[in-house]
Amino acid sequence: MKFVLSEVNLWYNDFQALQNVSMDIKANEVTAFIGPSGCGKSTLIKSLNRMNDLIEGCKITGFIQLDGEDVYGSMDVNLLRKRVGMVFQKPNPFPMSVYDNIAFGPRTHGIKNKRELDEIVEKSLHDAAIWDEVKDRLKKSALGLSGGQQQRLCIARALSVSPDVLLMDEPTSALDPISTGKIEDLVMELKKNYTVIIVTHNMQQATRISDKTAFFLLGEVIEFGDTDQIFSMPRDKRCEDYITGRFG
Amino acid sequence: MRSKFDEQLSQLNDMLVEMGAMIEKSIKRATEAIVNHNKKMAKKAISHDKDIDQMEKEIEALCLRLLLKQQPVARDLRLISAALKMITDMERIGDQAADISEIAKFLIGKEYIINLENIPKMAELTAKMVTESIDAFVKRDLELAQKVIDDDDAVDELFDKVKEDVIKLIHDNPDNGEQAIDYMMVAKYFERIGDHATNIAEWVVFSITGRHVGEEISADIGS
Repeated sequence: MKFVLSEVNLWYNDFQALQNVSMDIKANEVTAFIGPSGCGKSTLIKSLNRMNDLIEGCKITGFIQLDGEDVYGSMDVNLLRKRVGMVFQKPNPFPMSVYDNIAFGPRTHGIKNKRELDEIVEKSLHDAAIWDEVKDRLKKSALGLSGGQQQRLCIARALSVSPDVLLMDEPTSALDPISTGKIEDLVMELKKNYTVIIVTHNMQQATRISDKTAFFLLGEVIEFGDTDQIFSMPRDKRCEDYITGRFG
Repeated sequence: MRSKFDEQLSQLNDMLVEMGAMIEKSIKRATEAIVNHNKKMAKKAISHDKDIDQMEKEIEALCLRLLLKQQPVARDLRLISAALKMITDMERIGDQAADISEIAKFLIGKEYIINLENIPKMAELTAKMVTESIDAFVKRDLELAQKVIDDDDAVDELFDKVKEDVIKLIHDNPDNGEQAIDYMMVAKYFERIGDHATNIAEWVVFSITGRHVGEEISADIGS
């Protein structure tokens, strides 16, 4: 197991955003989190690399283990975030060159050697399936790229520090179908080497790219299982009502 | 929520019921044609087959439209995919009723040398199976679907009886061969109608449970 979650509860001040979440997330699989807005899926994904630490009034109980190690124990948060990278809904390249966007993480972690950095930049861009599109404009601003290219650049940036896990919070919701298709193909390719956890509001996307799906409602995981099972024969009526669009 | 989609699913149900009624009528006409030398009914059953084919195309188009536009999952996906499979069996039943009617037309004016008693029984039973399988689909009635599947054994038994009659007829007098074979063909068509009705009922079971008939409960996906 890559992640083991056991009875995770999370509060934002008085509001309980996660309730008794327990699940095992397998390595080299794509796990999709689905559910209506405000159901806790983004909160949970952010708990996995402690992005919620930055939010005032956030309190968490229970256990989250990464490769058997307690994420909320004595683990170095910077190293945790190196191991567990994140890609957000809106592409957010730094206002610098394509090259520097990718080299930023490795440099932060102490890599200064130009040849080494060149290799990391090329490999990361290759792995994010964008190398061919940017190899001749590495020194140009990343902000000049299209939305889809920017998002793949952000994936390359996350890959540049050799993470184990890639968290993706609605990574294609701002992209056109062609860019979305490229990211989806990429995710399926990435799972050979990484564990991917993706929040999505697109049911078809979840069915296309994920191995496991978790349905969240009001901070609880209502159903978690093989994606094929969830979308063909869900066990819980609330899950079925949600995925068939009859929720409420 | 999704009221337009629900409306279209209800339209799909209505069309399946209508196609089921058309098939039932065809089976009855074919039976009347063969039992009572009724040429008019034979012609009607044959021409009616085109309407059944047309209905199949319309239901298929609706299903494909729903798959494209509504991108159904879970029970909706099972329902629409089951409907798509069911209409193929329903269309084949229409063909077989027409085939029976063709034989009936050929036999008109010829005196029957055999007692047809098992044919109306097969006709009645298979028509009922068709009606009940569609009924089970619309009402999501697992028990009724299972009854249809079980009823196929009775159709098969009747077919075996016909086979014995045919063997005896030919044995008694080889000159009976031609009509005996026609008789056998008619019984075979009814036996196939029973099989198609069983297929329909099996798709009903799938649309309700997500499992094909015979699949173990423990083989439940994901368990």
